[in-house]
Amino acid sequence: MKGTVSWARTQRSSGTLPRQKSLLIRGGRVIDPRNQRDEVCDVLIEGQHIHKIAKDIKPTRQMEVLEAGRLVVAPGLIDIHVHLREPGQEEKETIATGTAAAAMGGFTAVACMPNTVPPLDNVSQIQYVMMKARSDGHVRVYPVGAITKGQDGVELTEIGAMVRAGCVAISDDGKPVANAKLFRRALEYAKTFGLPVVDHCEDPDLAKGGVMNEGKLAVLLGLKGIPRQAEYIMVARNIALCELTGGQLHLAHLSTKESVALVRDAKKRGLPVTAETCPHYFALTEEAVANYNANAKMNPPLRTEDDRQAILAGLADGTLEVVASDHAPHTPAQKAREFDFAPFGIIGLETTLGLVLTELVQKGVMTLSAALAALSDAPARVFHLPGGHLSPGAPADLTLIDLKARHTVNTFTSKSQNSPFIGRMLQGKAVATIVGGEVVMSRGKLLRKPTC
Amino acid sequence: MRLRHKDLLGLADLTPEEIDLILRTAGPLKKLFTRSIKKVPPLRGKTVALLFYEPSTRTRTSFELAAARLSADVLSLAVSSSSVQKGETLMDTALNLEAMKVDFMVVRHSVSGAPELLARGVRAHVVNAGDGNHEHPTQGLLDLFTIREKKKKIQGLTVAIIGDILHSRVARSNIWGLTKMGAKIRLCGPATLVPSEFRTAFGNQVEVTYNMKEALDGADVAYVLRLQLERQQENLFPSLREYHEFYGLDEKKLSWAKKDCLVMHPGPMNRGVEIASVVADGPQSVILDQVTNGIAVRMAVLYLLAGSSQAVPAPRAAERIAEREPS
Ligand SMILES: [Zn+2]
Repeated sequence: MKGTVSWARTQRSSGTLPRQKSLLIRGGRVIDPRNQRDEVCDVLIEGQHIHKIAKDIKPTRQMEVLEAGRLVVAPGLIDIHVHLREPGQEEKETIATGTAAAAMGGFTAVACMPNTVPPLDNVSQIQYVMMKARSDGHVRVYPVGAITKGQDGVELTEIGAMVRAGCVAISDDGKPVANAKLFRRALEYAKTFGLPVVDHCEDPDLAKGGVMNEGKLAVLLGLKGIPRQAEYIMVARNIALCELTGGQLHLAHLSTKESVALVRDAKKRGLPVTAETCPHYFALTEEAVANYNANAKMNPPLRTEDDRQAILAGLADGTLEVVASDHAPHTPAQKAREFDFAPFGIIGLETTLGLVLTELVQKGVMTLSAALAALSDAPARVFHLPGGHLSPGAPADLTLIDLKARHTVNTFTSKSQNSPFIGRMLQGKAVATIVGGEVVMSRGKLLRKPTC
Repeated sequence: MRLRHKDLLGLADLTPEEIDLILRTAGPLKKLFTRSIKKVPPLRGKTVALLFYEPSTRTRTSFELAAARLSADVLSLAVSSSSVQKGETLMDTALNLEAMKVDFMVVRHSVSGAPELLARGVRAHVVNAGDGNHEHPTQGLLDLFTIREKKKKIQGLTVAIIGDILHSRVARSNIWGLTKMGAKIRLCGPATLVPSEFRTAFGNQVEVTYNMKEALDGADVAYVLRLQLERQQENLFPSLREYHEFYGLDEKKLSWAKKDCLVMHPGPMNRGVEIASVVADGPQSVILDQVTNGIAVRMAVLYLLAGSSQAVPAPRAAERIAEREPS
């Protein structure tokens, strides 16, 4: 498969003519949560869009045919919380390597967080990411702009101009907005553009110096704890400000029982609040750091079994509608430092789907369709992205999944290897990733070099 | 009996039998060096490197003397913060020492878990000489030794540990060691320095109280921790004066304990803050015995680790050094 179409371009900015090429995906179990479809049928792609979904579509000679018997054909997975580290920290990850990892993990699109060096806090930074994504990207890239200049929590960025340049949400991720008044302004102003405001919920003073969950284990290990209250105080504040402003609030990577309860209540009250969690919060507890394993050091920190159960319940009842990876690459040398000095974060693009299938679907927490919705339909809705479903006319972004494939987490396509899941057995993985009608990954191989 | 560990990282990892073995070994070693000829040969030809990422004259001197009295060669590295700033990581430093065929690495570090990180990467025996707020196992052992020497037992004693429990590696090692050997612990200090998690984290032989009378009532040992004065800046207590009034061990408070209650302190002391001079220098104080016993216990630890039955792990670190150097 070759071609020079700039398929990594987003729907919004895409002005190129679709290349007329037909791809027929035959005999797969097509699961499309948004259209409530779960049946064995065929998907016909024309150019960059989905043309038709039906039983027994007759292949013609111009059609390329992809036999998908025994595979799940899902809307392309979308990860709305990824750190691509470019610009500035290319030793950890680049747009090229990060999107390659995304394609390997079954993701057709990622939203990248603004805490790069320098941060994505102005039009030219957003343009840079868009440009790099077009030339180097293996999947679609949607930049998230900073809320405040320099992520300093003082002055709003030029949000409107960044939206025009392609930014799909704003967040000071990694540096929570401590000032309530400023966060209120962000929610209000972003409303002008229908833009979601994403917050990493953490009270900076309460969390200061902490490196793991505060509690019994932190006491035994002699590590400074981050109390759970640091997270849910901010969840409560943000919900209150959402109520005040009516702005669209998205709460990133929630980790505590109380956060889940607060979001559940806010949704009952009809507030425009959405929330995400990450695989590590439903697959691990703080015990993972008991031997000072810095590969399990992350922010928010891994919590207790009680919290894990609440996260599972929140996923099961839809309180947490999005699963995101919070893919946060760091070099081995940085993670091999003393626990206090090692940076927070783990990679996740290549383990998220397997963990969702193993920990949520196989264990009966969620149906397969609901789990795939948390990885496609819901993230697309939250960030107002074009994909996430398989309706005719939608972008031809699809992920083909083998539910039976057992594999041990080992090495990664990502430039960094900081995962606490190394050695874990997972069942279920992406066997093909299709972006804009192009197969970009098949059977663990990246199929095409980005266009440049 | 032998130790089953290559390293001494904390008392949490030791069985009561292993603790007993170390204390029993320390006895005769103390007799040796408190007589005229202070040196014995068991570690002749071995090298002990002292890596102190945090200054501590007392602990370093004690380890130096312990190693020297066992006839080991001692290499003392005060790793200044500047070399850390220059970018050399803990593992780089350790791998270099490994390449120089050092047999023991005694590590003091401000970050909890640093010795464990080191122990996983090197073949040498790693001895934790205090890591962050985690453990200070040889201090715990010398305290156990001192208590057993004076009280002839540990089982059944009530030990009050007073002060900044939260930030104290000495407290953690003592809690592990004392509870494993059958003592009861009372932790006492202002609530900002004694988190409630301590009630359950170490098992039910540990009580927490914020009241000195409750803590000392009928106690066999009053163990006073050093107060780091800069904690006042973090608002963990409002003033040194107020701290001394409520939690400083003076004659009056000591009178609430048993008549023969031992007074202990890991040093160096802030006289007039956590402990009154009259108590520190009084007849119940065994603070200087702790210092003497420290050498005996550290000799025992080095001696026993040298003969530990645990198979030495594959020479990962040395291999990695070899890989790096182009041949
Ligand atoms: Zn974050």
